[in-house]
Amino acid sequence: MAKTKEQASATIDPAAACAPEWTEILRQMILIRRFEEATEREFRKGKIGGYLHVYSGQEAVASGIITALTKGDILFTGYRDHAHALALGSEPRRVMAELFGKSTGVSKGKGGSMHLFDVEHGFYGGYGIVGGHLTLAAGAAYALRYQQTERVAVCYFGDGAMNIGSFHEAMNMAGLWGKDGMCPILFIIENNGYAMGTSVERHSALTDLAQRVRAYNIQTEKVDGQDVFAVRGVADRVVRQMRETGKPYCIEAITYRFSGHGAADILQPYRSKDEVEEHRHRDPIGILRNRLGEICGLTDGDVKSIEEWATSEVAAAVQFAEESAPPEAEELWRDIVAEHGPARENE
Amino acid sequence: MSEKSYRDAIREAMMEEMDRDPNVLIMGEDIGVYEGTFRITAGMLKKYGGKRVIDTPIAEAGMVGTAVGMAMLGLRPIVEMMTMNFAIVAADQILNHAAKVRYFSGGQVDVPVVIRGPQGAGVQLSAQHSQTFESFYAHFPGIKVVAPATPADAKGLLKTSIRGRDPVIFLESAALYGMKGEVPDDPNFTVPFGVSRIAREGSDVTIVSYSRMLQMSLIAAEKLSQDEGIECEVIDLRTLRPLDLEPAYASVTKTHRCVVVQEQWKPFGAAAEIAASITETVFDELDAPVARVTGEDVPMPYARNLELLATPHEQHVIAAVKKVMYNHG
Repeated sequence: MAKTKEQASATIDPAAACAPEWTEILRQMILIRRFEEATEREFRKGKIGGYLHVYSGQEAVASGIITALTKGDILFTGYRDHAHALALGSEPRRVMAELFGKSTGVSKGKGGSMHLFDVEHGFYGGYGIVGGHLTLAAGAAYALRYQQTERVAVCYFGDGAMNIGSFHEAMNMAGLWGKDGMCPILFIIENNGYAMGTSVERHSALTDLAQRVRAYNIQTEKVDGQDVFAVRGVADRVVRQMRETGKPYCIEAITYRFSGHGAADILQPYRSKDEVEEHRHRDPIGILRNRLGEICGLTDGDVKSIEEWATSEVAAAVQFAEESAPPEAEELWRDIVAEHGPARENE
Repeated sequence: MSEKSYRDAIREAMMEEMDRDPNVLIMGEDIGVYEGTFRITAGMLKKYGGKRVIDTPIAEAGMVGTAVGMAMLGLRPIVEMMTMNFAIVAADQILNHAAKVRYFSGGQVDVPVVIRGPQGAGVQLSAQHSQTFESFYAHFPGIKVVAPATPADAKGLLKTSIRGRDPVIFLESAALYGMKGEVPDDPNFTVPFGVSRIAREGSDVTIVSYSRMLQMSLIAAEKLSQDEGIECEVIDLRTLRPLDLEPAYASVTKTHRCVVVQEQWKPFGAAAEIAASITETVFDELDAPVARVTGEDVPMPYARNLELLATPHEQHVIAAVKKVMYNHG
C-alpha cells in the first residue's frame, strides 16, 4: 500500500538504526512469522482446534509498539493475538501449548487461540467479541492512573471493530477521562484493510479511520504499519508522552494480512491473488532485513542463522505442546468464580 | 441495631466500604452532581471526589466494560444502573466479558465488579422500565446474582458483594427502597452468599421467594394464619446464584407442600428452576405438585388497572397455598 502524506516516515540515523536492538526486533518478527506458519500447519493436521487467526504480514505493528513498552505496561487485543503474546515475552512453547489445548498453555488450555492471557508479562487478554475489549482496556488505563503509576495500557483492534457501539463508548470515555489525565491508553488500529472479508471502503462511511477517533478528542497519527522503524519511532515518542500526560492516543497502522481472516478462509473471494502478491513485496520482515543489510551490514548469513534459530524454537514449541498433558478433568470446574463454584451435573 | 430504609442501607454499605478500602469506587449515570435518580448516592461526590464517584456518559456498555477492566487491575468498582433494564445494553460486557474472563484466562484475574440497581414493577413505568432479570443472569456461570428482601440483607449482601472477587449482579427492588427495618450498626456486618434464611416459621406449607415477592409472601402468610389457620413457612433465598435450597428441602420435608413466588414471567423463570430442584430432591416428601405464583406472560402495560393485573399479589399467593392444600387431611 502506498504511503500517504500523513503517514509518519522513519528518519534514519545510522547509529540508532544499527543498535543491537533492531536485530532483536528482526529475530522477534521472524519468530512470530515462523510461529504462525507452524500454527497453520498444525491446524491442518488437526492438532489445533477451533478458530485460528494468524498475524503474518502485520508483525511490525506488534513488534514496533510492544518493544517500546516497559515492564508493568499492559496490553489488550482481539483474537488475532499470538504475536502480541510472543512480543510481550510469553514463552513460545506455552503459547503453542495453549493452541493445542494443553495444561501447560498460558491459559491452562481453557482459552485457546482467541484467549491468550499472560498477566505476568502484562498481557490481559485476547478477546473474541469484536470491539468488546476496548472498554475493558480504557477502564484498566484508568486504574493504572488511579493507582498513581506511570504505567500505560495498549489496546489493539482491527478496522472492523470501529463500527460497533463499544468502540464509540470506549473512545468517548477515554477522551473524557484523558482531559483529567486519567486515561493513559494507546489505541492501535491494525488497519489491514478488511473486517473479515469486508473492505474498509465497504464497512466504514468514512475511510479515514484516524479521523473518526479524533472526533473523541483523542490525538491520532497514521503510520506505515509495514515499516517497523516508523512504528517504533512513533511508539517511543507517544508512550513517553502518555506517561507524562495520562491522556489517550491513537495510532492507525496501515498494514496487510497475508493469510486469510481465519484458517477456514481459504477461498478469500473478497480479494485477488494479485492484490496479496503485491502486498507481499512490502513484507515487514523484508523491509527491516533490507534496511539492516543496507545500513548496518547485516549479511545473508546472519539472517540465515536467525531463521534457523526461529525454526528450531518453533519446532521445540510444537514438540512441547505435543508432549504436554491435556488439562485434567478437574479443570472443567475451576476458575469459574473465586467462591461458590458450580454443582456437578454428571458424576 | 437501628431502623433504616432499604435505600439508606444500600448507601451506607457503599460508603462504609469506600471508607474501608480506597480501591472501592462507584460509577454510573447521574450519580454524582445529580446525586442519583433514586438518591442512593446522595452526598457521595462531595465526600469522595470525582475520581471515586464517576459520572459517566449514558453508555452502559462503556460503564460496565471499563469497570471490568478496573476490576481486573485490582480496583473494586460499583456500577450503578439507573435501572437494571438498561443493563441489557451492556449484556456483552457482563456475560461475555465479566463472567468469562476468569475462566478463559485460566484463573489469572479476579473480577470484583458489582453491578447494582433497581428492577421490577414500579408505578406505570410501562414495558421497558418494569422488568426483572434474576433468571436471565442466574442462567450464566461466572457471575453471582443477589436479590435482597430486607434493609439488613441489602446492606450485608452488598458489603459481601463489594468485598468479593467475582462479578455480582445486585438486584434491588425499587418498590422496597422506602421500606424500613432493623439493620446492624457494626461496620463489619456482612451477610454471606448462598445462605437462605427462614423468614417465617410454619408447619403447613413452604413458600419460597426472594426480594419484593418475599415481603408479599409474608403478608399472605399472615392473612392465611389469621383467616384460615394455615401456617406457612417462608424461605428467603437472598441469592439466586449461588442458590441455597437446603432450608427449602428441609422445610418441604416438614410441610410436604410448596409454593414458589416470583414477580415476572413464568416461562423459564426462577420459580421453574426452584420447583424443579425441589421436585428432583424431595419428590417423595411432596403431597402436591409444587405451585408457582408468577406475573402474567405479557410486556408491562402502562394503564394502572392493566399493570396491577400483570403482577402477582397476596391473593394469588393465598390461592396457590390453598391449592397445594387440596388434599390436606
